[in-house]
Amino acid sequence: MAYSDKVIDHYENPRNVGSLDKDDASVGTGMVGAPACGDVMRLQIKVNEQGVIEDAKFKTYGCGSAIASSSLLTEWVKGKSLDEAASIKNTDIAEELELPPVKIHCSVLAEDAIKAAISDYKQKQGLDSDDDVAQSA
Amino acid sequence: MKKPIYFDYSATTPVDPRVAEKMCQCLTLDGNFGNPASRSHEYGWKAEEAVEEARQQVADLVGADPKEIVFTSGATESDNLAIKGAAHFYQKKGKHVVTCKTEHKAVLDTCRQLEREGYEVTYLDPEPNGLIDLDKLKAAIRDDTVLVSIMHVNNEIGVIQDIAAIGEITRERKVLFHVDAAQSAGKVPIDLQTMKVDLMSFSAHKIYGPKGIGALYVRRKPRVRLEAQMHGGGHERGMRSGTLPTHQIVGMGEAFRIAKEEMAADNERIRMLRDRLLKGLEDIEEIYINGDLEQRVPHNLNISFNFVEGESLMMALKDLAVSSGSACTSASLEPSYVLRALGRNDELAHSSIRFSLGRFTTEEEVDYAIEAIKQNIDKLRELSPLWEMYKEGIDLNSIEWTAH
Repeated sequence: MAYSDKVIDHYENPRNVGSLDKDDASVGTGMVGAPACGDVMRLQIKVNEQGVIEDAKFKTYGCGSAIASSSLLTEWVKGKSLDEAASIKNTDIAEELELPPVKIHCSVLAEDAIKAAISDYKQKQGLDSDDDVAQSA
Repeated sequence: MKKPIYFDYSATTPVDPRVAEKMCQCLTLDGNFGNPASRSHEYGWKAEEAVEEARQQVADLVGADPKEIVFTSGATESDNLAIKGAAHFYQKKGKHVVTCKTEHKAVLDTCRQLEREGYEVTYLDPEPNGLIDLDKLKAAIRDDTVLVSIMHVNNEIGVIQDIAAIGEITRERKVLFHVDAAQSAGKVPIDLQTMKVDLMSFSAHKIYGPKGIGALYVRRKPRVRLEAQMHGGGHERGMRSGTLPTHQIVGMGEAFRIAKEEMAADNERIRMLRDRLLKGLEDIEEIYINGDLEQRVPHNLNISFNFVEGESLMMALKDLAVSSGSACTSASLEPSYVLRALGRNDELAHSSIRFSLGRFTTEEEVDYAIEAIKQNIDKLRELSPLWEMYKEGIDLNSIEWTAH
């Protein structure tokens, strides 16, 4: 499969690889996907008191497009408010990386990952979350 | 060293220069360009002579009579002709076929077609090492079984089935036995004088011959009959019509001749290189060899690198031409059905890489590959959340993943 130069660049020089302390109250962690499906993304955000994402880290098990999608996402969310970050659409990622149709699910996974990370952060902070299923459980 | 380094000899091989030279002699006005079916002039006679010499060369590699060799466009066509041809011809005897889940798609999809036509097919599960339990095969044969189709060497994992033993079973039960030998001819000794195989498919391009040509062995004693799938001028004793492509056939003949002569020496050298590759990689943590390591062709190594996805590994190994069982490399987005049939979990199937070595592989290339793989496995595992969890002692099976 031929990849775009942007995918190759993110794949060969991934930005913001690593981990943040998942027990820190200012850190939100989102892990999406499944090993059996061939991709797992873990995205972490560190949010400051102003509600701005000041750091983001990722680790991804998956194909080159999945790695590139998560790498790009960490670049994009840094410096954004939670609402701004939550409004990133998978189509934005797919367009930026010029993903072929068969790789669109990688960008969907990235969108899911940031949403999950934000939801985790809000839950820790006792803020309203779109996803309150976990809280009631 | 030419890059990317070619480690995909099971997909196809380059044409041996000796083969290419022979082929070039059968194309132009100065060469042997005639139609082998032209009986009225020397151009035809000369072409026919070349075809018959090649037929003899193909037969010689496998201990067959040249009259038992039918030229086709490749192993896929041979599989189709053997399975559909025999099932159709013998349908009054029964409509049941036995095969295995790890067969090539040319066999599996042909069997699916028979099912659509009202036949019943039993798909055997292989053992975890990729080999077939002969007792299970025996048990699967019924009174209405007309055909058993089992491949000799598996294309993904390189394991060798005991076709001599299977032939004893099928002959005793008076059931026809077809073997897809696309991956074994020229790699594993085949003697159809002693092996009780009724139909055998061959391909030229897996053993340094050209693409677009193959053959089907059709036993004469006891005689096996087929319903033709391609109708026309009655070529190949009516079993496969179509003008014989002299240059292709001559290429296949030369490739088979060379294979007979050089197989033993080639295998010894290639086995040494494969073992060198394995030795260079075996100290990497969490790797799994897929398929039996003993009952295996010398040129194949199929490894799952746990916690690293196969396609991203191939992307990292851009200097190596290999193939993967990862879903991302297949059109269907399903991980390798062969590895899944062995009982490997999906993660390991996604993480598998097949290395297949060949006549032109060098020690220098193998050493380069070992270094490249080691470096990139480290890099990709640093990127992998699964690796981090594994290192923290978290059981990945205990996590509720969100399948998508």
